[in-house]
Amino acid sequence: MARARRGRHAPGVLASFVHVDAAVDAIRALRARGHRNLVVYSAAPNHEVEEALEHSVSPVRLFTLIGGLTGCAAGFGMTIWMSLDWPVLVGGKTIASIPPYVVIAFELTILLGALSTVAAVALFSVLMGKRGIAYDPAYSDDQIGVFVPAGSDQAGTVEQLLRSAGAVEVRREAA
Amino acid sequence: MAVVARPLPDRAPELEISQTHADVTRDVVGTLGRASTGYLLLLGSAVALFLVGLMTFLILVKDGLGHAGYNPPIFWAVFITTFVFWIGIGHAGTLISAILFLFRSPWRTAVYRSTEAMTVFAVMTAALFPIIHIGRQWIFYWLLPYPNQRWLWPNFKSPLLWDVFAISTYFTVSSVFLVFGLIPDVAAVRDKVTGWRRTVYTLASVGWQGTDNQWRHYTRAYLYLAALATPLVLSVHSVVSWDFAASIVPGWHGTIFAPYFVAGAIYSGIGMVLTLIIPLRRALRIEHMITSYHFDNLAKLTLLTGSILFYAYAMEYFVAWYSGSTFEQTTFYRRAFGPMWWAGWTMIICNAFVSQLLWFRKIRTNLTAMFVISIFINIGMWFERYVIIVSSLSNDYLPWAWGQMNPTWADWGILAGSFGWFGMWFMLFAKSFPIVAIQEIKEMIPMPRKRGGGHH
Repeated sequence: MARARRGRHAPGVLASFVHVDAAVDAIRALRARGHRNLVVYSAAPNHEVEEALEHSVSPVRLFTLIGGLTGCAAGFGMTIWMSLDWPVLVGGKTIASIPPYVVIAFELTILLGALSTVAAVALFSVLMGKRGIAYDPAYSDDQIGVFVPAGSDQAGTVEQLLRSAGAVEVRREAA
Repeated sequence: MAVVARPLPDRAPELEISQTHADVTRDVVGTLGRASTGYLLLLGSAVALFLVGLMTFLILVKDGLGHAGYNPPIFWAVFITTFVFWIGIGHAGTLISAILFLFRSPWRTAVYRSTEAMTVFAVMTAALFPIIHIGRQWIFYWLLPYPNQRWLWPNFKSPLLWDVFAISTYFTVSSVFLVFGLIPDVAAVRDKVTGWRRTVYTLASVGWQGTDNQWRHYTRAYLYLAALATPLVLSVHSVVSWDFAASIVPGWHGTIFAPYFVAGAIYSGIGMVLTLIIPLRRALRIEHMITSYHFDNLAKLTLLTGSILFYAYAMEYFVAWYSGSTFEQTTFYRRAFGPMWWAGWTMIICNAFVSQLLWFRKIRTNLTAMFVISIFINIGMWFERYVIIVSSLSNDYLPWAWGQMNPTWADWGILAGSFGWFGMWFMLFAKSFPIVAIQEIKEMIPMPRKRGGGHH
């Protein structure tokens, strides 16, 4: 089942689970023993796993806010500046009239908010994500994977812990 | 602080899926296999229709818009009608994928991918029409916000320019939403296929492995994208309606236009969703994933928006009478009893009356009836825009300038081409990417537990 991947691997132990509660038990036990740098794979987000890992809130929201505010400012800034740059007086009406420009500012708020959100995910998930961690195709199908970074001195204990938690397969990854 | 993934609402019994996670992957990846003869025939028909539209377009470019029946006083006709029609079609996708996501409606899961794809391809189709309509396509970029040769900037007070921004934003955000949602599913396909397909899906999955860190950012981002797309979907058709309502043409100058257009857009979009997924679920053998429960809910949404349209039609006539304006009254009288009476009644019967059949559960759960109703909705909503646009322009303030317009071969050619263009993209998508969201269906299915019991 396991598929060897090219490139350098981080040393550690990779375990596969078919039962979600077994995976959660393993994560809790590993964290209690000081293994905080775990990588957990799953085919869909799972709130039990997330609770066990005790992640902080994703910083993506900050990017959404900054993108949205930038879009809003750009929308008003562009329309007002372009109106004032070549004033065309029509029927004595205001040159830079805010109400019609709200539409442009709104659209740009949404546009830049959305694009910066996706950019943030790309940044945190792909560009800043961990590389060289062992993976198995079953994790996008029906199994949960837990990778524990561990040197050869710790690997034996970790393997034993994962098996006793209910892992269906455990394998050691050398560097 | 612990971050909890999107909590699932209490599931309706109809949504209990008897499959395992592995079954879902296998069934959905199975839809991407070799194309059947029926599929190839449908795709070929779509391409043929598109080529008809392309040939017509080339003749229009060579000879001019006179072929399309453009004559005073009617310079907005079938092309703008079809533009608004396709923009409207696009609205159901974002409604189902974003608004129902925020409302935690679990029934959206099985259908949202196909509706999102429909949205993107419908907006791609609609975006062709301003370019076809302007006649001199080679200077379409004049719409973009850059100064002309006298350094005069575009007029941001014009609803037409608002429309450029609204449609561009809608297309971009809808595409981002579709592609973003696809990434985990493409990764699931990558892990199941071999050879050159594996290479393609590996590239398309952009390194997705479903790690806890990836899900942490992904689920949050999806929530924010849905929150951003929700006001966007309501704004886009409002802006389209202001193309008309900000003018003083009788029949257009109405304050109800924005909500009226948004309700109509969602109504027409769901009509197209039904037209597409009723045959598609059978062709791709995913009847067990898209069930009568989904159609029942789609039908209820159709009934709601169809009833809003019924009310809006009644209000338009009431306001025309109550306003005391001869011009408004004449316009609406002629919509029902003038030369375009057939179009006016087609719109009212197909939209206001046919939708009322959906009060009956037997009809809502009968797929043949639903498919027939969806065709009526598509026809009715095209005619709604045709009636609003052409009948108002044909008789406004100056009776000596009144005129009639009848669609020509060029109008029908372009209309047929638009269906071909849309159908071609949709069918190519359905065979290339998972048309049912693997990851979200899996979220609905509790994972097995060592200690037994259901979902925690």
